[in-house]
Amino acid sequence: MSAPQTKAGALGTLSVESADVRITETAWQRVTKNWSVRIGGAALALLVLIAVSAPWLGTVDPTLFDAASRDLVPGKPGVITTLDGDIIKHKFWFGSDSYGRDIYSRVMYGTRVSLIVAILAALLSLAFGIVCGLSAGYLRWLDGILMRFMDGLMAIPAILIAIALVAMWRGSLTTVIIAIAIPEIPRVTRLVRSLVLTIREEPYVEAAVALGTPTWKIMFGHILPNTIAPLVVQGTYICAAAILVESILSFLGVGLPPDIPTWGNIMAEGRPQFNQYPHNIFIPGVFLAITVLAVNILGDGLRDTLDPKMAKRV
Amino acid sequence: MLNFIARRILATVPVLAIVAVLVFLLLRLTPGDPAAILAGDAASTEQIARIRVSLGLDRPIIVQFGIWIGHLLTGDLGESFFYKIQVTELIAQRLEPTLSLATLTMVFAVLVSVPLGVIAAWRFGGWFDRALMGFSVLGFSIPVFVLAYILIWIVSLKLGWLPVQGYRRIADGFWPYLQHLILPAITLSVIFIALIARVTRASVLEALGEDYIRTARAKGLRESKVLIRHALANAAVPIVTVIGIGIALLIGGVVVTESVYAIPGLGRLTVDAVLARDFPTIQGVILFFSLLYVGVNLLVDLSYVFLDPRIRY
Repeated sequence: MSAPQTKAGALGTLSVESADVRITETAWQRVTKNWSVRIGGAALALLVLIAVSAPWLGTVDPTLFDAASRDLVPGKPGVITTLDGDIIKHKFWFGSDSYGRDIYSRVMYGTRVSLIVAILAALLSLAFGIVCGLSAGYLRWLDGILMRFMDGLMAIPAILIAIALVAMWRGSLTTVIIAIAIPEIPRVTRLVRSLVLTIREEPYVEAAVALGTPTWKIMFGHILPNTIAPLVVQGTYICAAAILVESILSFLGVGLPPDIPTWGNIMAEGRPQFNQYPHNIFIPGVFLAITVLAVNILGDGLRDTLDPKMAKRV
Repeated sequence: MLNFIARRILATVPVLAIVAVLVFLLLRLTPGDPAAILAGDAASTEQIARIRVSLGLDRPIIVQFGIWIGHLLTGDLGESFFYKIQVTELIAQRLEPTLSLATLTMVFAVLVSVPLGVIAAWRFGGWFDRALMGFSVLGFSIPVFVLAYILIWIVSLKLGWLPVQGYRRIADGFWPYLQHLILPAITLSVIFIALIARVTRASVLEALGEDYIRTARAKGLRESKVLIRHALANAAVPIVTVIGIGIALLIGGVVVTESVYAIPGLGRLTVDAVLARDFPTIQGVILFFSLLYVGVNLLVDLSYVFLDPRIRY
């Protein structure tokens, strides 16, 4: 998790026994042995399972509402009108909101939005950050301009960029993902650039240059593979940030349209009646906190096992 | 020294220039007529035409940027179409609650987290250390608005100790002012306590491994003095750095916290402006917050010289 563990680890490898272990262990084995990775990974696997199998978990259409089932407390039975006009009996495990929508169904389906936004925003910012970072680290003439631009982008608080961009484009899944990814790009760029600056001095890169390998081939074939471990760690933290920012955007009413089931939207809907029906806020809130916690624990575990240098930096 | 300060201040100019370009482009890259967007949904054709002329929208984009920067440098951020007053005036009106909340949060966070971090480093590997590290992962993960509602539920609704939401100006009396700020400040400070405690612990731990600590202990110095006078003093630079970086986090947190607690500050203004699509105000607030962020980090950089006499520029 931080400096001392790494220190202990580094000291440990000096002894003969652990040095042996190190050699026979692959990165994958080290990762899967780590308890943070196991716990965080298991929790996330469960959430992915919920997201994928949401329609078969006893849920109803999360946008269906029935005026007869408004503001139910958790566990109360009620009715739901389907789009065909059929009235079906339904037990509201997590209660219902002020439109009579089933919170349980909305929370289960909300898992999908959070996970999709997290993964796509992370991939998008990593992709742009890798291209920018490789270019800045390898192409001297571009470095100054690109990094000053990134400094400027970093000076605007992330959440403000996201809010402003979504306000411009109006909320949809694509715009929310892009708006969340953009403020993360400078950090990835900086990371990749600093890695490139170290790696490009390595003998094997010099050898490749001496053999006349084209620049793009050196960048993607020799340098990029060596940046993967820190990027996986960084990507995990971006996922956590993306889940939080998406929920904040929805909660403030500037993210995805309110009928789409996202944890932030469920909480936003529950705000006016928080006094009488706090579960509308607490249940999605618990799911949100657990998800972010799981991603962060996974990230810490990956960092400790894959990227000891980063672990040292706190 | 003066030379360094001057150079460091000059170095912020390109950053601010790029922020200005980005905020300018934000509106120009939006599909649609910027004049119509700036005037708001309820504007008449004459109002739109007037804005078009004042911004020079019929001229090349570089000239438009020149005009916009010219306005900016004279402190003219335009008029809010929603509130019908100058954006600079609007920001000035909303400054007190936000600055109060931010200051109280930071002071509280530092007062709590630095001792916690020092104790954790001192008792490294013990139960206190583990508990603090566990708390810090939790502190990073719990969304600020979820925490806000948990605290409101317990402290305000169940125990009735503090008001649920709202804000009182400091001019209306100090106690009501403080009363309305305690919960928001605690809510917002949790993530900073997690962050600063972690950095304090790591930096103090590193300092504790140095030779001068052994010397200090060997000469029979009390442990508290070793920790505070030697270890903590040498760990000051990373702690102050993380506070500077944390300002971005603080601004994001202010936006959410002010919305939950109905505090009429700049964060609330940002959300209201976005919901009303009040673009001059959105631009103004973003510029203001970015300036604040760059300014605080400038101060952080300058403070290194005082915190660590070894640093000479």
